[in-house]
Amino acid sequence: MSLLAVPALGPSRAARRPASAERVLSSGLRVLAVRRAGVPLVELRLRIPFAGRAAVHRARASLLSSSMLLGTDQRTELELAHALQEVGTELSVSSDADRLLVGGVVLRAGLPALLDLLAEVLTAASYPSSLVEGERRRLIEHLRVARSQPDVIARVARAERLFGAHPYGRVLPEQDEVAAQTATALRRLHRDRVQPGGSTLVLVGDLSPARTLDAVEASLSDWPAGAAPVSSAAVPPLVPGPLLLVDRAGSVQSSLRFGGRSCARTDPGYPAMQLANLVFGGYFSSRYVENIREDKGYTYTPRSSIEHRQVISSFYIGADVATKVTAPALLETRYELGRMATLPVRQAELDTARQYALGNLAMSTATQAGLASTLIGLAGPGLDLDWLAAYRRGLLEVTVEDVFEQSRTFLAPSGLTTVIVGDADAVRADLATLGEVE
Amino acid sequence: MPAAPSYPIERLTLENGLRVVLAPDRRAAVVGVAVYYDVGMRSEPEGRTGFAHLFEHLMFQGSANVEKMAHMRHVQSAGGTVNGSTRRDYTNYFEILPSNALELALFLEADRMRSPRITEENLANQISVVKEEIRVNVLNQPYGGFPWLSLPPVLFDTFPNAHNGYGDFADLDSATVADAAAFFDRYYAPGNAVLCLCGDLPVQPTAELAERYFGSIPARPTPPPPFAGEPDLTSERRKSTVDSLARAPAVAMGWRIPDPVGDLDSYLPYVVLAEILSEGDASRLEQRLVRRDRAALQQSAYLGLFGDPFDSRDPVTMTVQVTHPRQVAVDSVLKAVDEELDRLATEGLEDGELRRVNARMATQLLREADSVDGRTLQFAAYELVHGRAELLGEMPGRLAGVTADSVAAAAATLRPERRAVLELVAGGGK
Repeated sequence: MSLLAVPALGPSRAARRPASAERVLSSGLRVLAVRRAGVPLVELRLRIPFAGRAAVHRARASLLSSSMLLGTDQRTELELAHALQEVGTELSVSSDADRLLVGGVVLRAGLPALLDLLAEVLTAASYPSSLVEGERRRLIEHLRVARSQPDVIARVARAERLFGAHPYGRVLPEQDEVAAQTATALRRLHRDRVQPGGSTLVLVGDLSPARTLDAVEASLSDWPAGAAPVSSAAVPPLVPGPLLLVDRAGSVQSSLRFGGRSCARTDPGYPAMQLANLVFGGYFSSRYVENIREDKGYTYTPRSSIEHRQVISSFYIGADVATKVTAPALLETRYELGRMATLPVRQAELDTARQYALGNLAMSTATQAGLASTLIGLAGPGLDLDWLAAYRRGLLEVTVEDVFEQSRTFLAPSGLTTVIVGDADAVRADLATLGEVE
Repeated sequence: MPAAPSYPIERLTLENGLRVVLAPDRRAAVVGVAVYYDVGMRSEPEGRTGFAHLFEHLMFQGSANVEKMAHMRHVQSAGGTVNGSTRRDYTNYFEILPSNALELALFLEADRMRSPRITEENLANQISVVKEEIRVNVLNQPYGGFPWLSLPPVLFDTFPNAHNGYGDFADLDSATVADAAAFFDRYYAPGNAVLCLCGDLPVQPTAELAERYFGSIPARPTPPPPFAGEPDLTSERRKSTVDSLARAPAVAMGWRIPDPVGDLDSYLPYVVLAEILSEGDASRLEQRLVRRDRAALQQSAYLGLFGDPFDSRDPVTMTVQVTHPRQVAVDSVLKAVDEELDRLATEGLEDGELRRVNARMATQLLREADSVDGRTLQFAAYELVHGRAELLGEMPGRLAGVTADSVAAAAATLRPERRAVLELVAGGGK
């Protein structure tokens, strides 16, 4: 039977840049309002720089983020929750080593009310001692539960290897550090660090950009400027070290995790690095997926990605494989990485990855929530819609040679750290045949 | 409640029985293409647990005119994404792409509806992949499969409702190419599917494209719906299971609720009830179990195995699930949930509670409808399960029409004697 021809693509419709407005308030808060009128909602994201050098900072920041909505000087926890629910919203607060992030979505008509409630939380969160005590106990239990998940165990070990004593080296705070935090310490941390200077507020949705900036300025005028934000310290050079084997007795799978450096989004080589990542393992049509999933059936979850933090970007590879094929899966991973680092990719592979990256970029920023999350993710290094447009143009220009250069620098197996979480007794001997095991 | 955008729907049925739903919306240059087959975990025969899901994987292994890996590559090199999933009552396949790739997606879906390429080699490969999927999501994971795999056999007695839809390894290992061919022949007939096309598309030319690619697929008999009915519980059932990886105990309670298809008006108060019980900081169980009693690490109340209230036919389960500290006895958790349900049943809602919950539900429904992928999948599911894609546009109004009295009446039906309880005993270390 002769094969039917696959239909060609029609002409593509260019996406238009959305209307937007930006203003830096006198307090130092940067506000970005973008009109995307898909549905009558507005998405809100607020990023506050929250790095800290002290060992207990991470624990204190984690408890602060889970306690920030426990009431204000004007409202109890329940009154605050009701007021938010009244306009169809709920706020979430999270933190990592770089920032505090407040997120929410609101019915269009409720935006002024939400901005007023946000201002109230920012300026007058009360951290009632009895409720903070409940959150502290709950956070400790959550951490205990989280540390039993293989992916968390692997992330903890990989981050320690990649970043050492730097705050990025700690994925989670220790339970005993959380136990030592008090409501008084949270109030002090909030006063000192929940500051408009260096912070970014992104609003995306069915809104008028200019009028929205005025509304934000009016609502947040009482959020006073404070001390200059603390930024994250520089990261020490990576020493890949030998393969680190973390024992999880009886594990029916091994979690393979690899990590190294990547160039940052501000680097002119970044579009080529992203395409190198895609060709290697960043999407389904990649070499890694074809090899260890669709050919060998070792795993359901092979993947690679680039992770961005305030002062560094890193390359990530992960796969969860059956215990008995742990060493063969490691071998195939190194083989595919070695191919990337020593041989150029085919033009067709590059073109497929490029089209995917362009389409994915367009679709991930087509929704209000997607665009808001993308923009707040860019806010750390001060990037915006201009960067998105430049990144898109950059993807169009990447050559096979550009991908090879990035792959040699960042995908070479000799430069990557390797962590395997699994049943050490079952896998150690096989792994040792491939090299040193720690 | 704010008016949702209106969504025009056009539909046609091809001569081979394929139902086609067209939902044009030209705001963004994106289209969604989804094929929903009326076969899910409940259709699996005894001895073939997990087969519907395994077969979903086989549908990605190439077809008459498409090599292995090529389906994904064609879609991704057009800038699109592709996936599939297996539920209790359907298996779906979908592509979300720039609108210039619409015809490509129709070609790919039609090719595998006509003749998927199922070989010994591909079957063996995907059995391995599926077993790793089950290991990563269930066997190697604390709380793996809790409670979607472990509660149904407590609440239900018949094989279609009670069995493990991910599959026993022995059943997966014994699957053959002949089984797959028979399964395809029986369940993947064009008359047993809905094709949903949504987004940046012109109606008439797109209808013609659907006819061109799918119209010549031969009609086959469609299977009868799987037997699913079984009597409600008349006394409480309790079981416990040890999770050797979990560090905190958990409990799941399940109740049967009204038929979502045959009696949607009776079903919707339970959708609102789940919101009132569990969604957000102001919800009843959050306030009671987490804030007041400090008896829970987390709580949730939801409809359907996977938390989607509209992806299943009768019987549907409402689940209340709580993870709690070791020092809190499971009976005190059950007692607190019962008290909260009693309070709702006897005292009704508080002033303003329904209005606030409605605002929150409206926000969530609008947010889900903001993306072409969200709309495509919901139109298709509503059409397949309920026979009415229009429900997507109507749902905000339907939910807003639910009365406080009907929510209280719904809460009154969630009695201990009608429920199944599964305790998860934490066998993991500190």
